[in-house]
Amino acid sequence: MIKSLKIKYDLCALSKLILYIANMNFKKIQIIFYAILINLTLICGASAESQTEKECFEKISRGIFKFNQGFDNVILEPVAKVYNRLPEPIRNGTGNFTSNIATLLSIPNHLLQGEMRLAGHATGSFLVNSTIGIFGLANPAAAMGLENQKEDLGQTLGTYGVDGGCYFVLPILGPTTVRDTFGMVIDNNFLDPFARVTWHEKEIKSMSGTKLDYVGVKAATAVDFRGENMTNFESLEKNSIDIYAATKSLYLQNRDSKITNSSSSSDEDWGELDK
Amino acid sequence: MIKKFFFIISIFLLLFNSLSAVTYNSEPKIFVEELVQDATKTLSDKSLTIDQKNEIIEKIATENVDIKALGLYTLGSIRKKIDPNTLEKYQNLFEKYFLKTLTSRLSEYSSQKFEIIDSEQKSATYTIVKSKIAESIKSPEIKVDWRVYTKDPQKPLIRDLIVEGLSLARTQKEEFSSILISNNNDVNELLKKLEEFINK
Repeated sequence: MIKSLKIKYDLCALSKLILYIANMNFKKIQIIFYAILINLTLICGASAESQTEKECFEKISRGIFKFNQGFDNVILEPVAKVYNRLPEPIRNGTGNFTSNIATLLSIPNHLLQGEMRLAGHATGSFLVNSTIGIFGLANPAAAMGLENQKEDLGQTLGTYGVDGGCYFVLPILGPTTVRDTFGMVIDNNFLDPFARVTWHEKEIKSMSGTKLDYVGVKAATAVDFRGENMTNFESLEKNSIDIYAATKSLYLQNRDSKITNSSSSSDEDWGELDK
Repeated sequence: MIKKFFFIISIFLLLFNSLSAVTYNSEPKIFVEELVQDATKTLSDKSLTIDQKNEIIEKIATENVDIKALGLYTLGSIRKKIDPNTLEKYQNLFEKYFLKTLTSRLSEYSSQKFEIIDSEQKSATYTIVKSKIAESIKSPEIKVDWRVYTKDPQKPLIRDLIVEGLSLARTQKEEFSSILISNNNDVNELLKKLEEFINK
């Protein structure tokens, strides 16, 4: 039993190593690595139920979390505070613009989940906002009743029943799981047209971009999110006795809630208390 | 003599009324609505000092939130293994901890418009009341679900708040669990952390 668990954990560690190698620029061997990684993620996911609560390497993750807090204190939070002082139309425009670009990633993921109605809504939303909404700065699609639910491959795999695998924290990017990191790499390399055009500098229908465009949009997304949630971040910091654990819980609940499209609180959790 | 008797009774009733709890409707949806209205009114009352506001909010919470059950839930299964004295100490500390975090959290959302959307009876003992806090310049619209414990239909109690799908009770439970795991399930370490938080 112990031996089999050890093998499974070794496979998880191996999958992370492969993920690291795959993220490098060896384009020709990437697909082979991804194929292996899919198998390993499924093994890791299936190896232990509720693995999502397990840590991959807690001590390192706590260290990275502290580094991220420092980054937030020194850079992100001050920038977000300045951003929050900007006139509302500018902030709304930024939020709409980054959200419209993120729709490009949601469309293939809706399709992979078999959610044709939501894929149609997301496509319609992107087309309307990119044209009538002036490059996505305005959001007339919402007024037209078009839904724009964010999806990524991590969520798609979740809907297929792939478990999150163990939890860890990435520098700057923050909390994640094996499944979500794998999803993020695939999204970036294959599914996200915006990343293909900018980060990978591939021309699609005469549209081109640079890595700087990609970083700029991602930075704007982060600042907009941080600015919008200023009070929530302050409250979390002020009211937690273990902020690392609270953040982990919130991240995992948020992912579960997005995958199942329901809240993370169930009667079963409380049932035992009343017996 | 009769006059004196009625005078004493009147004084007693008057005192009793001023000290007794504000009672809310027993229908979960109206119960939450009245409770929030009361809390919002208190928090936005400019004639009250912060301490007075906190005192009223704490009173409302003590009477309408099932703090004891919440404390047991957040402690997890270890509650069955610890001795009654430690458990009592934990319950006392948890109540103080809960009330301190609650007043701090509530004051941040006091100025926003609150609206009840719907309610859903999940079982004989639980009803989920769905509500939303309207969008403001500071933050987007926030969906808040209230887990209301209805074992005593005449006295509903709140057991959890689920903000945008995130359960505050579960977050608290996992936070405590992390502290316990990293300290070999020693409850005293958790008690120490709670004491530190209360006294800071």
